[in-house]
Amino acid sequence: MANAKLWGLKKSPWVFHVAAASCNNCDIEILDVITPRWDVERFGIVLVGSPRHADALLVTGVLNRKSLSRVLRVYEQTPKPCLVICIGTCTCDNHMFATSYNVVGPYDKYLPVDVYIPGCPPKPEAIISGVVKALKRL
Amino acid sequence: MKRIVPIGPYHPLQEEPEFFKLIVEGEKVIDLEINIGYNHRGHEFLAQKMTYDQIPFLVERICGICSDSHPYAYVMAVEDAAGITVPPRGQYIRTIIGELERIHSHYLWVGLAGHFIGYNTVWMWVWRYREPLLDIFELIMGNRNHYAINRVGGARRDILPEHYGKIEEYLDLVEEKTHMFTKAVLDDPVILARLENVGVLSKEDAIAYGVLGPTARGSGYAIDVRKDDPYDAYDKVDWDLIAFDEGDILAKAKVRLLECFESIKIVRQCLKDIPDGPIAARVDEIPSGEGIGRHEAPRGEVFHYVRSDGSNMPVRHKIRAPSYMNIPSNAVAVRGYSIADAALVLAAVDPCYCCTERTVVIENGKKKFTGNDLLTLSRQKTEVLRRRYRR
Repeated sequence: MANAKLWGLKKSPWVFHVAAASCNNCDIEILDVITPRWDVERFGIVLVGSPRHADALLVTGVLNRKSLSRVLRVYEQTPKPCLVICIGTCTCDNHMFATSYNVVGPYDKYLPVDVYIPGCPPKPEAIISGVVKALKRL
Repeated sequence: MKRIVPIGPYHPLQEEPEFFKLIVEGEKVIDLEINIGYNHRGHEFLAQKMTYDQIPFLVERICGICSDSHPYAYVMAVEDAAGITVPPRGQYIRTIIGELERIHSHYLWVGLAGHFIGYNTVWMWVWRYREPLLDIFELIMGNRNHYAINRVGGARRDILPEHYGKIEEYLDLVEEKTHMFTKAVLDDPVILARLENVGVLSKEDAIAYGVLGPTARGSGYAIDVRKDDPYDAYDKVDWDLIAFDEGDILAKAKVRLLECFESIKIVRQCLKDIPDGPIAARVDEIPSGEGIGRHEAPRGEVFHYVRSDGSNMPVRHKIRAPSYMNIPSNAVAVRGYSIADAALVLAAVDPCYCCTERTVVIENGKKKFTGNDLLTLSRQKTEVLRRRYRR
């Protein structure tokens, strides 16, 4: 059964978008990737409204004390195997918020991360390339 | 019977994760509770440990959509404290980027509003014409977002004369397309039925809640820092203030669409009149004192306060963003409307939202709606209206 899930994941990954405490630039760039210029929907990549339908989580923004438990809960709700794709420098190493009192990240302390896509924000080309790399690893 | 519909904290409508508790009776929303703080990163604390030249990079990361507005207000606060005069070319460059950002931000809102009422064509179409603007930002400043054009004393980068043509080319395109979108929105009976007389915020409530920007101007409360307290090049160009009295979502949409034309007008005049000379003044030290900076961001007035003790770091940096004032007004705007409208009403103040479908259902109500259900409801209502008008 896990293999069937993996097969579906490779063919058309459905992604769910989790923003912890982001500045929403990464979030806009994620939306940009599905608008006409890049249009990844033609490859079967769809943004879905619930983590229970998702094959991959796109996480953006630093983790803070209030959002940590919610993000972990979203991860628990996602059917496994799932990919965790960190988008933006904030998710990789807390960026310039590392010394803040409210920041508890980075994500790899709490979740198994598959791909890091640095950049502030990463360009849509970088996001697409990161997702392709994640799928190739499977 | 009272039921509670939780929205958030991870939900399609809000850019910063926020938690809204809709209290409903049947279909009708009777009250709204708001809980914020999911996005707290401690900017004011971090700013006190950074030098004056580092802070613009920090404050532009408060919000990605108005990433020009916060540094703009911050540098004006420091310039106010230190008594720095910005060279005219620097002023014009900052004004041009500020207005181009307004176009991209308003386009973003129109696109997402279309998405929420089930008109994905509007979303895809509008965002398509937003892309060339991001290319221009990349051309001028080297990054599509977070462009860091402001520095204390002026602008960080020059707009080269060979780029003027490209900007004007884009303005021609965006003017034509904004005409098209304005017509599309105002002529479509379905969109009109979804937006007209929905989420009405009266002028009295607008003043009582202290709302700002297009939310206030859509309610007949004509405030705009660019007119009331002109800075940089805003008093040297000719433009009109857009305001409507209705207070519904349609008025807010009209304000945003028509403001794009005013922004185009301002940028055109600035490109024509831009003087030669240095782009930034030399700043050696910031004397002790305090200063404020106000900038009209796409969502309303951004306010920054900086107090200096003569060292290279501020001792206090206070920030007030417009959405913080606009979001509480949702509580009156949403009251009395159906759940299907709530999705749109909460998005109408443009609470810096940009995130797409994401939700966590919190178990504090008997009946649970996810963000998806709300979107489905909203789209079903559009579908019903569409059928009615087809007949």
